[in-house]
Amino acid sequence: MNDLILSLHRLIDMGMTMAEELGTPEIILAAVFYVFAGISVLGALGVVLGRNIVHSALCLTASFIGIGCLYIFLSADFLGAVQFLVYGGAVAILIVMAIMLTRREDMAHSNPSRSIPHQLAALVVAGMFLLAMAAVALMSPFQTAPADIGDTVTGIADLMLTKYVLPFEIVAVLLLIAMIGAIILAKGVDES
Amino acid sequence: MHNGILLTAAGWIRDILTFLFGNELLVNILMTLVGIGAIISVILTSAIVFTYAERKVCAFMQVRIGPNRVGGRFGLLQPVADMLKLMSKEDIIPNGCDRVVWSLSPMLLFVPSALIYSFFPFDDGAILADVNVGLFLLLAISSQAVLPFLMGGYASNSKYAMIGGMRTVAQMLSYEAPMAFSLIGVVMLTGSMKMSAIVEAQATHTWFVLLQPIAFVIYLITATAETNRTPFDLVEDESEIVAGPFTEYSGMRWALFFLAEYANLLSISILTTTLFLGGWHGPVLPGAVWFWLKVLVMIFVFMWFRWTFPRTRIDQMLSFSWKVLLPLALVNMLLTGVGIYLYQSLC
Repeated sequence: MNDLILSLHRLIDMGMTMAEELGTPEIILAAVFYVFAGISVLGALGVVLGRNIVHSALCLTASFIGIGCLYIFLSADFLGAVQFLVYGGAVAILIVMAIMLTRREDMAHSNPSRSIPHQLAALVVAGMFLLAMAAVALMSPFQTAPADIGDTVTGIADLMLTKYVLPFEIVAVLLLIAMIGAIILAKGVDES
Repeated sequence: MHNGILLTAAGWIRDILTFLFGNELLVNILMTLVGIGAIISVILTSAIVFTYAERKVCAFMQVRIGPNRVGGRFGLLQPVADMLKLMSKEDIIPNGCDRVVWSLSPMLLFVPSALIYSFFPFDDGAILADVNVGLFLLLAISSQAVLPFLMGGYASNSKYAMIGGMRTVAQMLSYEAPMAFSLIGVVMLTGSMKMSAIVEAQATHTWFVLLQPIAFVIYLITATAETNRTPFDLVEDESEIVAGPFTEYSGMRWALFFLAEYANLLSISILTTTLFLGGWHGPVLPGAVWFWLKVLVMIFVFMWFRWTFPRTRIDQMLSFSWKVLLPLALVNMLLTGVGIYLYQSLC
């Protein structure tokens, strides 16, 4: 029995040393990253390529959630939670609800057609996006060493209530105005 | 530092695994899997216990006997019979449904319900992910449970399911806001969103149900609404919309909705215990025992609600959330702030 366990130990240690030589932690981190990045990118592709607009909206949600997972993966846990709550929770439902309430006909071919002008426009936009991304990638000094971020909530709260308090308040007022505007548009104004 | 019985048990399992496999990295990976397995088995066991408990509690409230044939005088094997019934049912796929979305909906609904269990402190140190933004992340993840209802409602190609899906969204969105605002009181008192810190703060001071009675009541009401239980079960309102988003589901697919509902019932009971009733802290008995005692009391309270209150109307329910609960939660926030300021300036 003991011999069996000892040989098992030796076998596992051998396997693990091999795995460590190959750089296991990096491989695991990379795998996690590519899974979430894949979810985001495939979701985004689904939005553009789907024929059914409801499917597009659901793919958009998957993309949002994938990006939220990436934030958490990069230690921005607060930002990730906000992404889940605001984009995955509120924005996605708003979009899906708006589609369901406004469209009456069959959903199967509800997305805009893929005619030549549309495809050309898509190509131009994709080219511009790639150019912008390439410019950012070439110009930014990437920090490759792991940064010690610590408690993100305290940092964000400090910045929001001291340095950026004015933009923060302006955004709050803007949202209030948008909300009141939406209520007036929906319910109408009492002229008298 | 930590010495709860759950952690001791985990230590034993770790010792056995270390003896068997030796390598530390592998043991760590296996221990994570053990933790996940423990949580999944808690959820599945709770579903079995709750189907029985719900029938018995309901019977008790209505002066009936309840299950009393399968498995002896007390009908202890009733959950097994229920499960066999569900598994042997035909899997009916409605005509003209959106197949992919329709079959994804029950599975996706279960994911957030199970995921939030990783933030619950079951015992001293027995918490899978004790992150800094624990409570906030928990609320964010549980808010993902709204979309699957809408997906199921839309994809079923049935007007009852569609109306049910819309109602679910209206209900869950409008009750999420007062719930989050009522929990801010707890976070203000603790000064942290970390779940273990919230439990610790209640051990050093007192249970938050005494310091935050308004928040506690708001939380109980909104939690009942979030889990779609009577008096807020308008989502599956039999007399109006058959069974809401679940109308077109049968057999095991329907069972998944059922499982998610009971997972949610357990998670709101655990959350009430953790946030307001001192978590696993208690005299004499070990932490895990106190934890489950409090959770069982809370589950009984939620079942009590279900079988004693009549169902509300959807418009009354929504206006109650926006016009009563939300302002009350905001007032509670203000009062908590004033209270903390007074406490700090006096002491």
